[in-house]
Parts: sequence; structure tokens; C-alpha cells
Amino acid sequence: MKYRLGTMAVAGLMAASPVMADLVFPSLSYRTGPYAAGGIPFADGYADYFTLLNERDGGIGGVAARVLECETGYNTEKGVECYESTKGEGALVYQPLSTGITYQLIPKATADDIPIHSMGYGRTSAANGDVFSHVFNYPANYWNGASAAINHILEVNGGDISGKKIALVYHNSAYGKEPIRTLEKLSEKHGFELSLLAVDHPGQEQKSQWLQIRREKPDNVIMYGWGVMNQVAVQEAANIRFPMENFIGIWWSGAEIDVQPAGDKANGFKALALTAVGSDFPLYDDLQKYVVETGKTAGAGDQLGTVPYNRGIYAAMLAAEAVKKAQEIHGVADITSGQMRDGMEALEITEEVMAAAGLPGFGPSFSVSCENHGGEGMVAVTQWDAGAGKFVKISDFAPTDMSVIQPLIDEDSAAYKAENNIDSNCN
Amino acid sequence: MPEQLAFTIEVFLNGLMAGVLYALVALGFVLIYKASGIFNFAQGVMALFAAMTLYGIMNGQVPFAHLINAIFGTDIHYFGWNIPAFAAILLTIGVMVLLAWMVQRFIFRYLVGQEPIILFMATIGLAYFLEGVGDLMWGSDIKTLDVGLPQGINIAIDETTYGWFGYGFFIDNLDIVASVVAIILVAALVMFAQYTKQGRAMRAVADDHQAALSVGVSLNFIWILVWSLAGFVALVAGIMWGAKSGVQFSLSLIALKALPVLMLGGFTSIPGAIIGGLIIGVGEKLFEFLIGAPYLGGATENWFAYMLALLFLVFRPQGLFGEKIIERV
Repeated sequence: MKYRLGTMAVAGLMAASPVMADLVFPSLSYRTGPYAAGGIPFADGYADYFTLLNERDGGIGGVAARVLECETGYNTEKGVECYESTKGEGALVYQPLSTGITYQLIPKATADDIPIHSMGYGRTSAANGDVFSHVFNYPANYWNGASAAINHILEVNGGDISGKKIALVYHNSAYGKEPIRTLEKLSEKHGFELSLLAVDHPGQEQKSQWLQIRREKPDNVIMYGWGVMNQVAVQEAANIRFPMENFIGIWWSGAEIDVQPAGDKANGFKALALTAVGSDFPLYDDLQKYVVETGKTAGAGDQLGTVPYNRGIYAAMLAAEAVKKAQEIHGVADITSGQMRDGMEALEITEEVMAAAGLPGFGPSFSVSCENHGGEGMVAVTQWDAGAGKFVKISDFAPTDMSVIQPLIDEDSAAYKAENNIDSNCN
Repeated sequence: MPEQLAFTIEVFLNGLMAGVLYALVALGFVLIYKASGIFNFAQGVMALFAAMTLYGIMNGQVPFAHLINAIFGTDIHYFGWNIPAFAAILLTIGVMVLLAWMVQRFIFRYLVGQEPIILFMATIGLAYFLEGVGDLMWGSDIKTLDVGLPQGINIAIDETTYGWFGYGFFIDNLDIVASVVAIILVAALVMFAQYTKQGRAMRAVADDHQAALSVGVSLNFIWILVWSLAGFVALVAGIMWGAKSGVQFSLSLIALKALPVLMLGGFTSIPGAIIGGLIIGVGEKLFEFLIGAPYLGGATENWFAYMLALLFLVFRPQGLFGEKIIERV
């Protein structure tokens, strides 16, 4: 009797939960808390892209994609909890969406053989794949951002910025301090005078910093801000009538929500970009047809084409392309996280790949290798058109000064390698 | 005038203005603490909630639209009308009064006579509840609040000071408005407390609950009144701060700027909140200008505000204007 009951229970369980392969993409989102306004559109874009692949193509290589969302509130402890609670579900790749969470996950994910993609944030020297075997930060990192800002200022000034004053207004955190060394090296190279202005979290009050800018009259201001710091900085810059075309933010300071509260006075503000702007791409027609019109959007469906939504789309697209590459390398459709890592390391994004994904010109062309997990560090510049209420791309994706950045990456990653006694990944 | 002196005066004046904005937040804390002994952890969230409600009413936003759409499969977000700022402010005051009634009816009515720490914990719960309900009602996107307040440099002051000193001072128009509003608000609150029946009852409750009850003062009514006033002050603070940064979650964190003000000015004094705010505002700005930025790498304002408050705590625990605690055994 006991045997029969046991057999029936097992049979029932098998019938109730058929084994279905899927590709699991955890989304460590932050739809609540002080940074929700930026977190929601990214999470929506990330989820909507995989929904589109499922609805239109039947998944990736015939295997359905499953987005496993876990709310972090942009809190490092919660982010680690999310990692621990989702990794057992067959997670293929983590996008921690926070530099703090990324730092915590680097040793854990490496030990668990799960890759991390920290796109435009996280530990910059993780671009050295020889040391950081499971961390990828393509297509560009914080130091590429600093160099891109200086390159743009060089271009505007006819290639000569010696004697110019450039101020960095930065979030007084590990993230905000990231560009300082790069900018110091670049100031030695190009002869500009660098001044540093730290803003305490959260950045609601910045009067001191902007009075200092008004007194010192820098020619250009670069901002590494986040959350409310961005909106207040743009407003304060407008208040002291700082020329907006000389004010340039990193990609985390360059969304519509960062400039809208300042109204027309924010017109001309510039921001670095990892992706193109707007929704004028074939992919958006498919998103409309398969996701929006069928009511399958992850959010309210009102964020399509915004800067953070596009970034979510791009992160998901790069993950999907890495899956395809892994499937190709290993000859299996239902890949493991280790195989996903191989796919990411062999990733090659060309204009043809972007066009095939319905996103021609949306992101830069780049390739990843065992040694280089950061791509070529190509960055574009956008500018806010207050009248039209949108950012406009004013430069193509352009290379950054790797002659300055690469030695810094090598130095920092070598120190990490020595501290943690890490074997070379590429030998 | 030497350039450095002109800069120092400019920083001093801007510190005063910033202090007024801190004091606006601190006032809400003082009102509730004075009347009920509750340290209202939710005061910052109330400012956020009030500003979100004002924006929602002005722009004809449907409250709980996302929830309604998710449950009923509809796609409604706006009623299709806009309400003038003044009318919307009045309606928002109504919502804050309703919130005060609910807070009293559903939370503090059951906690009368409890230890202060229990009441404090209840306000922490209230803060998280309001945070969630606010997001659910009005969405968590950043909202641009435009109630017609002027912003940007005051040209007249800039030009006049330039003529006098050869350097034009920067004073933000919004800060000037905030200062005028704060003066009117404090004067109105003091007059209300001194010259109206309800105000006197409020002071009686603040002095001694039991004695006030024994002469027929309704504790229930007074607490609703006090929470309503705190809600109104939160709305004013929400408008001023929201105009600078847009209405967003971080508005709730402005409470952190009020804490050192309270420690310095005292938890029970309305003038103390103002004077405390001014001292903190001027102190942190001057410290950042003279020492923090040139020698310590900057971003010293929060640190300095709390250090100054700590110093005051050591030498005068009740704050500058707080009531001295004398316990006889």
C-alpha cells in the first residue's frame, strides 16, 4: 500500500511539473526606493525584450527565456539576497545594476561559475578578463566615460584644452570617485586644470558646490551623479546660468528624468550614452505588435524609447546574443551558466548583428575576448532638446583614450589579482 | 571689498536661506512632538506624500491608476482636467487633514499612554506605509511641480551687490520665497497657539495631557489638529523642496536635514526650529567654504551639521530653546 501511494505521489508530481527547459535571466530590479524612477524603465526594457523574443521567435534557439525579477531597492544587502535566492533557478547571467552589488557578487558569482554583466558600472578594471574571469563590463566603463567627456570637450575646442578649467561634480561614493584618476591622468596629458567637487548622498542640497563653480568659473563641468543629485545639479546649474552646452553628464546622469524638472533651462545639457536615443528602430515596431498591443509589457508600457528603457533593451539584447553564441559554441540550446560565460567571452557585436536584431546603429560595434571583457569602450554624446522634450545624439560612438585607460586597468586588476591570489584566466 | 570677504558674505547669506528650508521640515517635527511627545519619523514621507498629492490633483491624475488598470484591465491614467495651483493646494490640505484623522483614528488612538519608543516605532511603520501608498496612488516617477514659484538668480540683488562690492551675490529667488513663507508660517503658528481657543487647548495638551483632559479638552481632536498642522507644514516643505528637485522619493530624505536642526534648536520650540535651522545652514555652508572644500576634500556639510548638533547635545541636551527636563525624586 505504502509503495503504491509513493508511486502515485511521484507520478502525480511528474505530471504536475513537466520538465521544461528555459533560459533564466535574473533581473535585480529596483522598482522601489530613491532610485526607482531610473530602475523601473530599465527593468521594463530588460523584461520586454525577452517577452518579445518569446512571443515572436519562440525564445532563443527554440528555448523560452524566463526573466526572474527580484527587487533590490538599490540596496546592496538585498541585492546579495536576490542573488542567493535566484542562482539555484538556473540563472545564466546577472545584471546587478549597482556598483555596490557588483563588488559583492564578483567573488560569489566567480565561485558559482555564473557570469556578471555590469554594463557601464561596477568594477572598472573587471575589463581585464585575465583576472576577472566571470565579470564583463562591455561596451564601456566609467573610465571610458571620463575619457569620452574630455574627448568631446577637445573636439568642441579644436583639439586644444590646455589652460582650460574643468570641474568634476561627483557623487561622494565609490562610484562617483571612479573617474578621478583617469581625469587626473588626462589633465596631465592635455594640460587642463581639474577641480573636484564632491556632493554628499543623496544630493538634495548642492548650494555650496554650485556657488564654488560660480566663483571659480570652470569652462566645463563633468558630472558623475545619480538619482536626485542629477535633477538638483541641473537645476542649480540653470540657477547660476552656467552654459548648459558646457555641462556634460555620465550616462547615469543623462536620462529624461534628470533634466525635465529644470524645464526649458536644461536645454543644451549634454550626456554620454551607451546606446542611441528614441524608438525609431524596427525592433520597436515588433515590441508594439507583440508586447505592447498584447498587454504583455512588464510595466505600464509608457517608458518605450526613454534612455533607461533603451539601456534595458540593450542589456537584454546583448545577453540574448551571448546565448546564441554559447548555443553555437557548445551545440546545445539549453545552455548552462558556464556555457553562457563562454558565449559572452566570444561575443562579437557588429553592425550586421545590430541590424538583424532590429536595432541598426543602436549601439557600438565591439568584440570581447578572454583578455578584454570591456569591449572597445566606444561612447556617444547626446544633448537635451527641451523644446522637443528628448535627447538627440550629437556624435557617433567614438573610441576613448585607451593609452591612458589601459595602464590604469592593468594596474588595478594586477593589484586585485595579487590580493586574491587569482590564477590567470587566459593561459 | 576683498574678494574673499565678498565670497564669505555670499556663502553666509546662502546658508541662511538653506537654513530656512531645513527649518521648514523641522517645524513639522516640533509641532507633533510638542503636543504629543511623538517623534514623527514619518514627517519626511509626509512631505513627499503631500507634494505627490498636490501634483496628482493639479494634473488630474487618477489615484491608484496602475492598480485599477491591473485589476480591471483598463487603461486610465488621467481625468483629463487640470486644476489651478491654489485650488489644488486647498484640496491637498483637505487630503492631509483626512490623513491626520486616519492616523489618529487607526493608529494613535490605540496607543495613548504607551511608551514614547512604541509611539516612535508606530511612526516608522507609518512612514513605510505612506511610502508604499504614495507610490501606488501617484506612481514613482519624478514629477515636475510647477506652482508658479520663481527660481534662479535674483537679478536685482546680483546687480546691486555688483555695484557695491564689484561682485554680484547669488541669491536664489526660490530661497527668498521660502524665507518669506517660513516667516509667515511661523508667525501664523505662534498666533494660532497664543490667541485661538484651539491653540490654547493645544498648548494645554502639550503641557499636561491629564490636566487638559480634566478640564474638558478633547485629546482626540487636538491630536488630529496637530497632525493636520504638521501635514500642512509638510506640504509647504514638499512644495519648496519639490520645486528644486522634482517630486520624487528622495524628498522623504529631507527629514535627515531636519534632525540636527531639532537637536540644536530643541524638539519643543517653534522659534528654536527656525534659529536651529539658520545656525545649521550658515554653519555647514561656511565650514564647507572655509575648511571642508579647500582642506578636507569637500562634502562635509552633513558631517558638520551632525557634529555641531552633537556638541550642543553635550553641553545643552534640551537644545537651545527646548524645555529643561527637571525630574524630582
